[in-house]
Amino acid sequence: MLQEESDLSLIIAHIVQKLKSSNLYAQLERQAWISLQRPEIKLESLKEDIKEFFKITGWEKKLQNAVYSELSVFPLPSHPAAPPEHLKEPLVYMRKAQGSWEKRILKSLNSMCSELSIPLARKRPVGEQKELLSKWNEMGTDEPDLSLFRPVYAPKDFLEVLINLRNPNYENGDSLSFRTHLGLIQVPLKVKDIPELKEFFVELSLNTGQLGIDDSTQVPPELFENEHVRIGQKVLAEEDSAAAQQYVRQGSPTALRAELWALILNISSQPEDALYYEQLKTNVIQHDLLVDSLIYKDVKLTASNDDYYFVFEDYLYQVLLCFSRDTSVLGHFAYNSASPPKSYIRGKLGLEEYAVFYPPNGVIPFHGFSMYVAPLCFLYHEPFKLYQMFREMYVRFFFRLHSISSHPSGIVSLCLLFETLLQTYLPQLFYHLREIGAQPLRISFKWMVRAFSGYLATDQLLLLWDRILGYNSLEILAVLAAAVFAFRAVNLMEVTSLAAAEAVLADLSTLKVMPLLQIFLFATVT
Amino acid sequence: MAGKVKWVTDIEKSVLINNFEKRGWVQVSENEDWNFYWMSVQTIRNVFSVETGYRLSDDQIVNHFPNHYELTRKDLMVKNIKRYRKELEKECSPLAEKDENGKYLYLDFVPVTYMLPADYNLFVEEFRKSSSSTWIMKPCGKAQGKGIFLINKLSQIKKWSRDSKTSTFVSQSSKEAYVISLYINNPLLIGGRKFDLRLYVLVSTYRPLRCYMYKLGFCRFCTVKYSPSTSELDNMFVHLTNVAIQKHGDDYNHIHGGKWTVSNLRLYLESTRGREVTSKLFDEIHWIIVQSLKAVAVNASPSLTSSTANDRILKYNLINDTLNIAVPNGEIPDCKWNKSPPKEVLGNYEILYDEELAQGDGADRDLRSRPGQSLGPKGSRSRDSGRSVLTTWK
Repeated sequence: MLQEESDLSLIIAHIVQKLKSSNLYAQLERQAWISLQRPEIKLESLKEDIKEFFKITGWEKKLQNAVYSELSVFPLPSHPAAPPEHLKEPLVYMRKAQGSWEKRILKSLNSMCSELSIPLARKRPVGEQKELLSKWNEMGTDEPDLSLFRPVYAPKDFLEVLINLRNPNYENGDSLSFRTHLGLIQVPLKVKDIPELKEFFVELSLNTGQLGIDDSTQVPPELFENEHVRIGQKVLAEEDSAAAQQYVRQGSPTALRAELWALILNISSQPEDALYYEQLKTNVIQHDLLVDSLIYKDVKLTASNDDYYFVFEDYLYQVLLCFSRDTSVLGHFAYNSASPPKSYIRGKLGLEEYAVFYPPNGVIPFHGFSMYVAPLCFLYHEPFKLYQMFREMYVRFFFRLHSISSHPSGIVSLCLLFETLLQTYLPQLFYHLREIGAQPLRISFKWMVRAFSGYLATDQLLLLWDRILGYNSLEILAVLAAAVFAFRAVNLMEVTSLAAAEAVLADLSTLKVMPLLQIFLFATVT
Repeated sequence: MAGKVKWVTDIEKSVLINNFEKRGWVQVSENEDWNFYWMSVQTIRNVFSVETGYRLSDDQIVNHFPNHYELTRKDLMVKNIKRYRKELEKECSPLAEKDENGKYLYLDFVPVTYMLPADYNLFVEEFRKSSSSTWIMKPCGKAQGKGIFLINKLSQIKKWSRDSKTSTFVSQSSKEAYVISLYINNPLLIGGRKFDLRLYVLVSTYRPLRCYMYKLGFCRFCTVKYSPSTSELDNMFVHLTNVAIQKHGDDYNHIHGGKWTVSNLRLYLESTRGREVTSKLFDEIHWIIVQSLKAVAVNASPSLTSSTANDRILKYNLINDTLNIAVPNGEIPDCKWNKSPPKEVLGNYEILYDEELAQGDGADRDLRSRPGQSLGPKGSRSRDSGRSVLTTWK
C-alpha cells in the first residue's frame, strides 16, 4: 500500500511539474484571476468556487485532457531513486546496443559530410534565403542534385543490428528444444500471446461493431454505423481525450477523424503554435542543414512515387524541414532509449561548451522517414496543424520504431511478438519459410518500421492508425503482420525462395485490415 | 444457330483485343458478317453518315451511338444544354425552376459560354460587363487539351470577331469554331494543385435511358501549383490537366502520372471537409451526367492508351465490364434485347439511371435495395433519380 501511494505521489509530482511550465497553466491562472469578477465567486469559499467555475466553463476538462496526455506518454517511474537512464531504457545491454548504433549512424553522417565537403550546417546567403521563401509552397519543383547523397541508413541495416542483439545474462544452452525460438530475434523479452492479445484488444472482437467491417455497403447502417457516428459527435462535443481514445478503438468515421485524433493527442491549435511554426520556418530559411538534403532525397524516393501521397510532396518538405529544427522535440529523449547526436563547432572537437545537438531536434532521418507524415496529409491541410499532429505522433509512437529498447511497443518487442505469433500459431508455415531461407521477419520488418505507411491503401492505413491511437500501443502492427502471413499462407507454402515469398507479399494494397485482424485474433483456433 | 460472337475493330489496342479473345469471340474482317464492331471515330462517322452509311442489321452492335458527337463537340453540347433547358421551361417542368436572379436552380452546371465566331458580339457585351475576368478558349472539334488557351483581353481573340479585317479573304465557315467560357479561377485545390475528373459512363440504351457509371474513375492532377495570377495564364501546365499536356512537363512523374482514384478523392474530401458536402458533391456530379445525357446523345473516344501499368489494368477491367453489360453472356446481339442486365454482371459499374426502373411500379423500392458500392470506400446510400426527381436528388 505504501509503495503504491509513494508511486502515485511521485507521478503526481512529476505531472504537476511538467504542467506548471505549460501554456495551459498560464491560461488557467489567467482564467482564475478573471473569475474573481464574477458574483458567484465568494472569498470565504474561494477554492471551491473557482474549482466549480473551471468545471462549468470546460477548463477542468482541458486540464483533465492534459493530465491524461502526460500519463499516456510518460512511463511510470519504477523507483524514486532510479537514475534517468532507466526511464529511457532499464536494460543495460539495450542501452549499450543503442549507443553503438548511434555512433555508427553519426559516423556515417560525418563521413558523408567530409566526402562531399558539405558542412553539417551553414548560414544561407541573403539571396538564397529570398529565393527559398518565394518557393516555400512548391519546394517539390526544385531539383537539386541529390545523386551523391545516400540515406544514412535503411531499415534493413537496422534489422541486422537487432538480429545481433544478445542479452549477456541469458544462456539458453545449445540444445534445441520445442522452446527454441526459430526466428531472427534472440533476446528474451516478454511479449503477449493470443489469449492476452484477445484481452488487450477486446474491442476488436467478433461481437463488437467495427468501422472497417460493419460499415461496408452490405450492412445496413442502422445496425452499427449510424449510432457509432452519433456517439463520435457526442465525444467531440464533450472534448474528452480519454473518451475519444476509447471510442476510436472501434474505428473513427472519416469525417470525424481529424478532430478525434487531435483530441486524443491533446492538440489544440493556439495562436502561439502558429507563431512557433513560423519561427521554425524562419530557421529553415536562414540556415541550410545537411539533413535537409537527406529529407529531399527521401521524399523524392518514397512519397513522390506513391499513388496516394504524391500530391502532398510540398507539404512534406514544409513539415520535415521544420521538424529538424524543432528543439522542443529534444524533450522526448527523456523516455526514448536513443540520445540526440552531438556535434561540435568546427575546430572545437571534444569541448563540451561547443557541443550542439545535430540536427537540432536530435532525429536523423532514414530511408522512408517521410512516410510517417504522408498519411496525415489526408486529414490536415494547413501546414502548421499538420506539423503539430506529426510531431506529437512522432514523440508518442513513431520514435519507438527505430530505437533499440525493451518497451513493449518498441521495434524489438514488435519483431519478437511477430515471430512468436507466427511460430506458435502457424508453425508449419514458419518452418517452411525458414527452410527456404525466407525468414518471415526479413519481409515484415519494413512494414512495421513504417507502421505500414505506403504498403496499405490509405483508408485502411487510417483505420489501423485509429487503433494505434486507441490502444496507445504499436503492438497491433506486429499482429497485423502476422495476420497478413496467415492470410497468404496457402500461397506461401508453395514458394521455394525468398524472392518468391517477397513476391507473394509484395502488394498489400488490396487488403482490408480489420477483417484480417479479427480473424487472426478471434476466429483462429488456438 | 448459337455461335460465337464475331468481332471487328480498327483500333489496335491490347485492352480491347485481350478482352475479345478471352471470351472466345471470333475475329472477322469488316466485310464479313460481324456482330460487334469497336469502331474508331472516323469509321463511326462513315457508318452513320448520310452518304456512305449503311443500316446495321438486328444482330449487330457498335460502340457508339450515331449522334455521339453531340456530346463531344463542345459547341453542340452547349447548344443542346441550352435547348434542353428551354424545352423544360416550356413544359413548365420543375427542373427548369430559376431563382430571383434568373439563375437555374437545378440546371446551372455550365458556365457562361458563347460560340465563336457566331456569338462574338454577345460575348463582347458580356466580357465588357465583367472586365477583369479570365475566359477560356476551346476548339470545338479537338480533344486531349489541344488548342486551348486562356485570355483576359479582347485583343487576344480579335481573329474571331465577325467583322475583323482578317476575314475579308477568308469565308466565315472555314474559320475554326471555338467556344469561349468564363474561366473559373477559384477551383478546388488539393496539395495546391488543380485536378479534373475522368469518369466512365456507359449508355446501353437511349430509349429508355439506361446508363452506368464506372466506380473506378480517377482524377488527374496538374504537376505545377495553381496560381490565378495573370502571369501564369500562359503556363498550360498550371491550368490544364489533360495527361497529354502534363506528360511533357518537367515534373511529370512516369510511375503514377499524377492520378488519384475517385475513392481517394472521396476519402480526402470527407476527412477534410466532412460527410455532407462530399455526398452533396458526388450527388451533383451524377446529376449533371444524367441531365447532360438527357439533353443529348453519347460521347466519342476515351483514350485507350495506357500511360502506366495500373492504368492498363484499369482500362482492361473497364472494357471487360463494359462488354459484360453490352453483350451479356456472350450471346449474339439482338436488337430486341430490352431487359436490364442482372446485378451480377455489372462488375464495377453501378446503375446511374435506368428510366424503365425509374418509371415502373415499385421503382423506389428497387432503387433503394440496389446493391453494390457507390464511389468511395464509404458506401453512401445515395438515391438514384426516381419518379419524383426533386425529392430524391435534392
